[in-house]
Amino acid sequence: MALTIKEVEHVAQLARLKLTEEEKVKFAQQLSTVLDYADTLNAISTEGVEPLIHILPIRNVFREDQRKPSMEREEILANAPLAEGFQYKVPKIM
Amino acid sequence: MELYELTVHELQELLAGGITSSAEIVKSVLARIDAVEDQVKSFITVTREQALDKARQVDAQGSYQGLAGIPMGLKDNICTRGVKTTCASRMLADFIPPYESTVSRRLDQQGSVLVGKLNMDEFAMGSSTENSAFFATRNPWDLTKVPGGSSGGSAAAVAAGQIPFSLGSDTGGSIRQPAAYCGVVGMKPTYGRVSRWGVVAYASSLDQVGVLSKDVRDNAMIMQIIAGHDPLDSNCVDLAVPDYVAGLDGSVRGMRIAYPREYFGVGVNESVRDLVMQALKKYQELGAIVEEASLPHSEYALPAYYLLGPAEASANLACFDGVRFGCRDNTAENVVDMFSGTRDHGFGDEVKRRIMLGTFALSSGYYDAYYLNALKVRRLIANDFTKVFNDYDIIIAPTTPTTAFGLGEQRGDLLTIYMNDVLTVPVNMAGLPGISIPCGFTGGLPVGMQIIGKAFDEATVYKAAYAFEQNTDFHTIKPQLGVR
Repeated sequence: MALTIKEVEHVAQLARLKLTEEEKVKFAQQLSTVLDYADTLNAISTEGVEPLIHILPIRNVFREDQRKPSMEREEILANAPLAEGFQYKVPKIM
Repeated sequence: MELYELTVHELQELLAGGITSSAEIVKSVLARIDAVEDQVKSFITVTREQALDKARQVDAQGSYQGLAGIPMGLKDNICTRGVKTTCASRMLADFIPPYESTVSRRLDQQGSVLVGKLNMDEFAMGSSTENSAFFATRNPWDLTKVPGGSSGGSAAAVAAGQIPFSLGSDTGGSIRQPAAYCGVVGMKPTYGRVSRWGVVAYASSLDQVGVLSKDVRDNAMIMQIIAGHDPLDSNCVDLAVPDYVAGLDGSVRGMRIAYPREYFGVGVNESVRDLVMQALKKYQELGAIVEEASLPHSEYALPAYYLLGPAEASANLACFDGVRFGCRDNTAENVVDMFSGTRDHGFGDEVKRRIMLGTFALSSGYYDAYYLNALKVRRLIANDFTKVFNDYDIIIAPTTPTTAFGLGEQRGDLLTIYMNDVLTVPVNMAGLPGISIPCGFTGGLPVGMQIIGKAFDEATVYKAAYAFEQNTDFHTIKPQLGVR
């Protein structure tokens, strides 16, 4: 299927990607190529086939709730682009 | 022979015999890196001082157990506490993990010495390592060719003698394909066999960590160490790990081997096909039963993968938003612009493409037609394998349709580059173990043969791979680097 520029803009907005006008044109063309390829799946019937959501025959994995030391707060915050005290700092939200 | 040329088990013998020390081995490997790195470019980070320190510590203990004193390299999506882990992305260019992955922790506890972090396609998305945000790695057999990907640095470094073994990750062929292109041994274990705690996720229902090595024995020995239950990865199954090395007896007598006709068809280079057919003859000579079989849905694995992989990636990579780690767009005035500005700057083209593709496949109105349908196709692909494994012990096929292609040759041609993984992706879709081992050369480049096993039966895969290796000498032929 062919994606329009408008659809590319919508998907980019959902994915929180800022695209230039040039990128929009490029991605519309490239994504359409891959989606055309994906459309070859329509050649086979999947009616009544159970979707394979998980390859392993396991369901939920539970463990006892135990207290354990967590990671070092300083080490974690050292990777933050911007932190103040023990908090992440971000531009205004509202 | 120089120390850097040896396998892990050869180095272990020298250490045990008191003939060399870990410091000598690490120095030899570092000198080799210095000599050829400007040609191969497989390392993002070399942990020189740290490696020498650890080697001296190990030497001071006086005896060598397990992997004590053996150098290792890790793909740069495997988190190492205190050592930069970039995923070859601008997004994580300065990321220093506050924790250690389970696989690297297990190797470290065995005494293995981390020498560096290896180049890859950004976030493991690609088949040539040209998608690294930093630089392209080159194939040690021919510096004008790609090493494959996404674990291209992991494969090239082993082939070039820069490291005796490395770890990589494989979502659609990212260990086996570069192993084939670089003429080394690369194993992707069964989904759930090896912990992924601390490995940056690409597509969680497909990702597995595995080993790249110079021979099968080394590979089996390292796999033994990293495999097995980990409570920190709830998809890592609590199943006993057999003694893989003990199972390497060189015999395939009576083993039932299938070769799927779909893997020898259109698009597979004639020389590649001939070499794998010759290998099958060798297995027959060794007493195995070799028969043609069919995996009828093979051609649908790749298109389904390019919906499922990206769909999962679009969710996994949502955490890169400039808040807690990674780079940030500091020019944005509100938080939403900061998210999108950060992601625009931090991600390369292929990552953006897959995020877009996945977001689309999961979006309202297209979910059933694309994502859900691909999951149904995945079931059909897995069922194909189940049927063949009712009658056979292993499946053998080429790892890739061709040998390594030229740097820049396929750039921008998406479907052509995606086709590199056409013979490896189905194995991830079915969650099975698969190894690539060298089975010959054409045009001066190595050719890889893929051996696929039943779920959690890595032992039989290793056994078959070892028998072939012991009866051929392809693994002993090394690229002639430095001869200019």
